Order: sequence, then C-alpha cells, then structure tokens
Amino acid sequence: MDLGLSEEQEMLRTSARDFLHKECPKQLVRQLDESEEGYSPELWRKMAGLGWIGLPFPEEYGGSGGSFLDLAVLLEAMGYNILPGPFFSTVVLGGLTILAAGNEEQKKRFLPEIASGEMILTLALTEPSARYDAASVKTTAAVRNGGYVITGTKLFVLDANVADYLLCVAKTKETANPEEGITTFLVDARSPGVKITLLKTLARDKQCEVSFDEVSVPKENMLGELNQGWPIVQGVLQKATVAKCAEMVGGAQAALDMAVAYAKERVQFNRPIGSFQAIQHYCANMVSDVDGSRFVTYKAAWKVSEGLPATFDVAVAKAWTGAAYERVTLLGHQIFGAIGFTMDHDIHLYYRRAKASEMIFGDGRFQRGIVAREMDL
Amino acid sequence: MDFRLSEQEEAFRREVVDFIEKELPANWTQESLYWPGGYGTIPDFEEIDPRIEKFRHQLAEKGWLAIAWPEEYGGTGRSHIEQAIFHERMSYYRAPGPDVGTLISGPTILRFGSDEAKREWLPPIARGDIRFWLAYSEPNAGSDLASIQTRAIEDGDDLVINGQKTWSSGAHTSDYAWMAVRTDPSAPAHKGISLVIVNNKSEGITIRPLINICGTHSFNDVFFDNVRVPSRNIVGEKDRGWYYLMVALDFERLVVPIGGFRRTLEELVQYSKETGNGQALSRNPQIQDILAELAIEIEVASTFFWHTAWMLDRGLVPNIEASVLKLVSTELSRKLASTAMEVMGPYGQLERSSKWAALGGRVCTGYLDCISALVGAGTSEIQRNIIALRGLGLPWS
Repeated sequence: MDLGLSEEQEMLRTSARDFLHKECPKQLVRQLDESEEGYSPELWRKMAGLGWIGLPFPEEYGGSGGSFLDLAVLLEAMGYNILPGPFFSTVVLGGLTILAAGNEEQKKRFLPEIASGEMILTLALTEPSARYDAASVKTTAAVRNGGYVITGTKLFVLDANVADYLLCVAKTKETANPEEGITTFLVDARSPGVKITLLKTLARDKQCEVSFDEVSVPKENMLGELNQGWPIVQGVLQKATVAKCAEMVGGAQAALDMAVAYAKERVQFNRPIGSFQAIQHYCANMVSDVDGSRFVTYKAAWKVSEGLPATFDVAVAKAWTGAAYERVTLLGHQIFGAIGFTMDHDIHLYYRRAKASEMIFGDGRFQRGIVAREMDL
Repeated sequence: MDFRLSEQEEAFRREVVDFIEKELPANWTQESLYWPGGYGTIPDFEEIDPRIEKFRHQLAEKGWLAIAWPEEYGGTGRSHIEQAIFHERMSYYRAPGPDVGTLISGPTILRFGSDEAKREWLPPIARGDIRFWLAYSEPNAGSDLASIQTRAIEDGDDLVINGQKTWSSGAHTSDYAWMAVRTDPSAPAHKGISLVIVNNKSEGITIRPLINICGTHSFNDVFFDNVRVPSRNIVGEKDRGWYYLMVALDFERLVVPIGGFRRTLEELVQYSKETGNGQALSRNPQIQDILAELAIEIEVASTFFWHTAWMLDRGLVPNIEASVLKLVSTELSRKLASTAMEVMGPYGQLERSSKWAALGGRVCTGYLDCISALVGAGTSEIQRNIIALRGLGLPWS
C-alpha cells in the first residue's frame, strides 16, 4: 500500500499551484466571473502550451499521456486558485467522454484540437427537471435524412455559451427501461436551431439553458451506438463527480489557508484572534474536513484511474467532500467576520463555489442513495 | 499511489484472519461489549479473563504483539502497514490481546529508552508476560497534564514517590505503572517531569476502584505512599519525561479500532434488514440515508488510519496526524452510537440482561461508553488545540 503521490505528480502539483497563483490572481477571477465568456483566451493558450488541456489524452491524439490521477492533481490546483473557465467542461465532460466512447475517426477529429486549445466542449445532459437519471431525458433525437434531428431543452449546461461542440444526451427510443433508449451526439454549437441563454448563477459559473429546435446532426457525430448512450453518460458522470471533488479539495484547502493566515494577524482584544480557542477549534475542524476530503477523493480518483470498480468510493467522496467544502467555507466566513461579507473580500468566492460544486452531479442526499444501494440496503 | 495491498500484505492479512477465526474463543465477537473508540469497555481494563490470557500468549508466540518492532526485541520486523492490517482485523473481531505495554510503553521505550532499558522491558512486553497501565492523570491534572503534582524524590539509587493518580484504567489488572512524576519541582512545569516504570506490587500502592457510567470497574484512583522504585526505571533521561510523554500520547492516539466500526455497522445493517413492521427498516429511505452517512464517515476515518500507518513506514512521525485521527475516530464513536439509537429506536435503550434486548445490548452500553471516547487520551478540545497550535502554528496568546 502506497498512499503518496509520485514525484512527477508532486512536481505537477507545485508547478500548477505556482503558475496559477501568478497567472490567475483574484483580480482576474473576478473579471472573468463578471464577463460573459468566463475565461481568458490568453491564459487558455498558455495552459494548452503547458500540455494541461491535453493532459489525460494519449500522445497519439496530441495529448500528454497523463493518467486520470494526474488530472486530479491538476484539478486540485485549479480548485485552489478558483480558475474560471471551460477546462473542466472541455477536458472532463467532453474530451474524456470522446476518448472513452468515440470511434477512431472521432478521436482523431476532436482530441488533437481539444489538446491544442482550439476546441471547447461541454456536456448537455440535465433538463429542467434537474435530475441525473435516464428517465429525465426528454430531449429527443429522431431519424431524418440519413442523420438525426434533436429537439428539446437542456438546463444547467456548463460553458455552453463558449463551446464549439455540445455532447447532447437525447432519447432515441421509447422503451420500458429509459436507460435503453438514450444516445449521445456531438452537436456543433453553431448549428441552426441551437439557442443558448446564459444563466446568472451563485458561483458565476457559466451555466446555460440550451434549446434545440430541430437541430440536424450527421450520423457520424453519434457517439457510440444507437440507444447505447446511457452507459457512456454513466462513465462521464463517474469521472466528472470525482474530478469535481478534486477541485473542491483545492478550494477547501485555500479557504483553510486564508482563514489561518488571517487568524494569525487580525488583532482584537489586544491579541491575535487565532489565540482564542473558538477560532483555533474552527481551524482544527477545517483540517479534519480538508484532509479527509483529500484522502477519500484521491482514493476514488485512483480507482477510476486504474479502471477499478469505483461507484461506492466516488459516491463517498462526493457526499463527504461536498459537505466538507461547505463547512470549511462557512467557518472561514466566521473567522473573517464582517470583512468576509464584502464583495471585495475573497472568501465568498469559495463559499459560492462550494455550493455549486456540492450540487453538480448529484448532492449529498443523491450520493448517499448510491452508497445505500452499494451497501445493498 | 496504490491502495491495494501488496501480495505480502494480502498474505499476512489472510494469515491473521485464519488465526483469529481458529483461535479466538467461540462467541467472543458477539459476547464482547467493547464499543469502538470507547475506553470504558475494553475487556483487559476490567478483568483478565483466562481466555484473553491464552489468546494473548498465542499472539505473542507469533510475535504479533510487536509486529513492527525490530526482531531483536521480540518483534517481527514487519511494516507499520502490516501492523495496521493486524489491528484492523483484530478490531473487526473485537479480539483482545494488545495492551498499553505493546501499544504505548513498548514503542516509547524503543524510541527513547537506553539499550539496557530496551533489553529489560521490550522482550517481556512482546511476550505478553507483563501488562502496563497509564499513570498520567491526577485529580488536579487532567487536560493540563503538565501540572501533575505526584513527586518522585531521589534517595540513593531509588526514587520515592508520593501522590495520587486517577482515571487509572486497568491499574487493578496490570503489573506495571507507566508513570509521569515530578522529579524537579523547582523547574518550569514541562521541564521537571520524568517517566518511570513502577511495579504494582511495590509497597505503598493502594488501588481504589471507580465505577464508570457503563457500570464497569475499568478505572481507579491509585495512591502512592512513599513508594520506592529503582532510579534505573526512569525511561530515557530524568526531567525529560514531558517530551517522551508527548510521543507516548501520539502512539496512544494512533490506536484506533477501525475494524470495530465496520463490524458494528454491519451488525446494524443486518439488524435493519431483519427488523420492521411489514417493511424492513433498511427499506426506509430515511434509515438508508443515515446508514449511508455513517458508512461514509467510517470510510473517511479509515483513510486517516491507513495514512498514519503509511507515514510511519516512510519514516515520518504522525504528530498532528495522530490528533486528527483520534479526533475523527472518537467523534465517529459517538456518531456510531447515535445512529444506532436512531435505527433501533426504543430497543436501543435495552441493556444486555433485559428481555427484548437486541444486538446484545451493545448499543445501550456503547451509547454510554462513547462519552469516554471524546474525553479520554486527550479530550476532543485538547486534540483541536494540538491541531491548531502545533499543526497550524496558531498563536498561544
């Protein structure tokens, strides 16, 4: 049993933290949060140049040949610096799905462009019912003229407003078991009939409504086989869930670091507030939450990286980390007091992201349902 | 990074399980009232059942009371991960065997004792021939351990000890006190303490039972009236005891019955599947939610447990990590009890001897014992102080 990161992973962790600390200061974060696009093309190009966007893709497709575990290390650094932008959508939701389910032609068509930073993607799965099950997919894809025509509305789609392609999950067959009638399509976001509306969210992440009004999709843009798209979706969701946990671990660590630094310098009653037990105990609780989150997240990420069954561990990680990140940011706010309640201060940037991250891909209650099923209750 | 056990680790685990299943007295797992994380239901602290002695010596014969110790002192030279595997499985069966000597005194002597002390104490500890009890707390020195008053004055080649220890778990079932005494009253509190080994049979020692809230005689008040002990029984250097104590406390905090949590959860799950009025409790979504939450917390605590073992194998010293592990696992002890009560409803309040008692009355006793989990070996508040002050460097004043 070896619970440490490799030397290369440690190097990636430090270099990513340092790079983002320099290239993605909070001033840029706020700017991007308020912008429509939500990312900096210049920074995006730099990350592509570092091989980050192609990190988990094989070298034959222009990637860096890294593992999913390597990606988790990178995502933790991104979470620490709360890097805005479509990295998660493009690499995890889009790229890894094409890698897992695409045919050779699709992989050659999409992955190199993704890796070089020339293509942004996202997954259009959830609908107004805001659920992650196959029965909730009402958007349809019907056969027409040798291709397909998609009609329906997707909601809470990350980064659709800047995406070049949307991985759209649609119903292609009416079946007793909804999971047997789902197909995923690669849809050009600029296709006629696609209408994207940016939502205004708590975390300023670019979640969108995407409506499909008889959008034509060529046959060669079907991902995997007809009616066999749900296992593909399940695969994405598992990876996305634990990838989001890795980001959350980074964010929680940052909140802890900020709060501790402040507690050491803020003076009230003639002493640093960090000398009061109430504050010390908050910080100690934050340590348990952050470390525990890191341990269960990396265990789940390792299992996913090794291709081992990971359903239980991923659900454990998401349930715990989602709640922990929220607790940590709440305590952070308590430690900062009134100044933390100002827009100018940074802690609320983490507090907002904690909630958004907890919710996406299924909140604690949803994950506990999975755990209960895995426990055979 | 690799969470799998190596072939060697896997083989050792199988060996441990085979041994326990064969040699642990029949029904022990079900009869034991031991609540994971609690300090009031540890069997050795109450009385030494002959079956415990026998099993302990069988373990000792295999070197399993001292797995990660060097072979020259009675250990097997295996890794800390393997030692953790042993403890995880042992606790899963609620199996007794290790004691304060094997878990705390021995490792501390290994770290700080003279070669002479190692040769004198480690082999009998590893053989399971002697038991130690922790003589730390006093009526006026609980969380503030450095304020202990028990005096040890030099007289020739001996120390003469006067004072009182309290909350002395297992003093009445052990052979030696692992004792913190003040050897230099003129020095600042932390700098005048020594760690000394005292034979229970020494003249002048009076043990007075205390009954804990579980109704068990697990701990005591112990009075020392001019008790003589050879000065060579001082562990390490005189007056440097505080620093050894801190390490001994870290060792104590690493002892977590992580398998015991899993076992109790399994029993609770089984109970919820077999109990219900028309519909099994386990089919109730609210019960499912709280059982899942408990399972998640056990997974989290488990990762802390393995992490500290891995650290030890890397030559790293789990210091703040020991406090985090203790904090997390003892709070879990409490969570386990409260979840069990929620699941069992009124049946949870029935003691073992009562008609209609379920799960052997373990939850009722455990609900009481988990109070000690948050208080013994350093309260949760003290653990948080350590994490904050030593770990995060937050200021004292």
